[in-house]
Amino acid sequence: MDRAATAARIAELIAPFNKKGVAVTDATTFAGDLEFDSLTVMDFVAAIEDEFDIIISMNQQAEIESYGQLVDAVVKLNG
Amino acid sequence: MSDLFDKFDPIIKIREDLLASGVTDPFGLVMEKVLSPTQAICNGRETILLGTYNYMGMTFDPDVIAAGKQALDDFGSGTTGSRVLNGTYAGHRAVEEALCDFYAMDHAMVFSTGYQANLGIISTIAGKGDYIVLDIDSHASIWDGCKMGDAEVVPFKHNDIEAMEKRLRRIPEGAGKLVVLEGVYSMMGDIAPLAEMIAIAKKHGAMVLVDEAHSMGFIGPNGRGVAEAQGCLDQVDFVIGTFSKSVGTVGGFCVSNHPKFEIMRLVCRPYVFTASLPPSVVATAATSVRKLMHAGEKRAHLWENSRTLHAALKAKGFQLGTEVPQSAIISVIMPDLERGAAMWEALMREGLYVNLARPPATPAGMTLLRCSLCAEHTAEQVQTIIGMFERAGKAAGII
Repeated sequence: MDRAATAARIAELIAPFNKKGVAVTDATTFAGDLEFDSLTVMDFVAAIEDEFDIIISMNQQAEIESYGQLVDAVVKLNG
Repeated sequence: MSDLFDKFDPIIKIREDLLASGVTDPFGLVMEKVLSPTQAICNGRETILLGTYNYMGMTFDPDVIAAGKQALDDFGSGTTGSRVLNGTYAGHRAVEEALCDFYAMDHAMVFSTGYQANLGIISTIAGKGDYIVLDIDSHASIWDGCKMGDAEVVPFKHNDIEAMEKRLRRIPEGAGKLVVLEGVYSMMGDIAPLAEMIAIAKKHGAMVLVDEAHSMGFIGPNGRGVAEAQGCLDQVDFVIGTFSKSVGTVGGFCVSNHPKFEIMRLVCRPYVFTASLPPSVVATAATSVRKLMHAGEKRAHLWENSRTLHAALKAKGFQLGTEVPQSAIISVIMPDLERGAAMWEALMREGLYVNLARPPATPAGMTLLRCSLCAEHTAEQVQTIIGMFERAGKAAGII
């Protein structure tokens, strides 16, 4: 899966958690713009992990603040 | 100049708003006199204690008290040193032997608190490149142990066997794996399906650590905890426990059959760089642990108390953390912090102390009134408690 396809799939997975319908760009942040709390983060990370069959450890999550960073991380982990 | 305390403003605000609503400060409680494991004078009022984790009521046991007094006379008030320097007294060896006997395991290592036991063991055994797979509702000491170490930390949804297995399956081949579970989760008082989870962990080649802080003394045929009750204690690599609950004093420990376990005494920093427990504390702990090996009747009475209170609160219309009583903790779910604090205060006015638990300590942002029963609560006291809950619940508009 290339970056565009990965990005599109992640955007689909964000949708159910995007309660306010915020327009998602590479710079959109999960904590700030999407207002994810810790419980939402857990469910969302699990959804991403299951979709791509990867592990995103808490150590890695600490480095991921925005949608763009998440897409890059998933592309790399899937590499 | 920026004030480093600005980051605490949100929590300062929550606290101020709560106090402004007129409720008594739940964190301002002082026990002026403790009358027994189940009664104290709190803020001038005689109060039944229902939030102490003093499950087996050992704090006033005459043999335990006598052992502590004798140790004060014979060994003094403190060790003034680390276990690896001048801090190992005969009493430290004796309490570790008592733990080996209690759990029927080869090795026991005592820490100054239960918090330090988790902090020390987890941060030391899981290193760089290793993976820790843990339940999301794990105790703060487990999370802090993860944070202090260099391993990759991978949480899974509470008690979700499938979520745990998926994560274990995805860990890169050859990496070291540690699965961290608890026997009883103290916020809701629910237990873990340890037999299934540990079998899966072993299938994936993981080592298993189980925190049995809230089960020691009364769960399992010998009071060794949930793993014993579910017949899988022999599959647990490390059991973490505490002296500050059923044992009735303070301190933490790890017991293990790992053949190389003793090296932990040299490499585990929260063990090495802390003064050891005072002689009176280890003497009371050793006496208490040995008495807990023969506490069948107390254990049965504690379970009876738990079942009676759970059934009555459920019948009165309170929302509880578990459908059936799974431990000596009964968690009453409050609609929000304001009403939870009001209910807590109404109970205090009735003369009943329970724990007010709130986020971030609680799962799913809940406010809980946590009750922990004691084997020394009489059947009459439990009936009194039920009456207090009913009156307070109506006064606070919870039922």
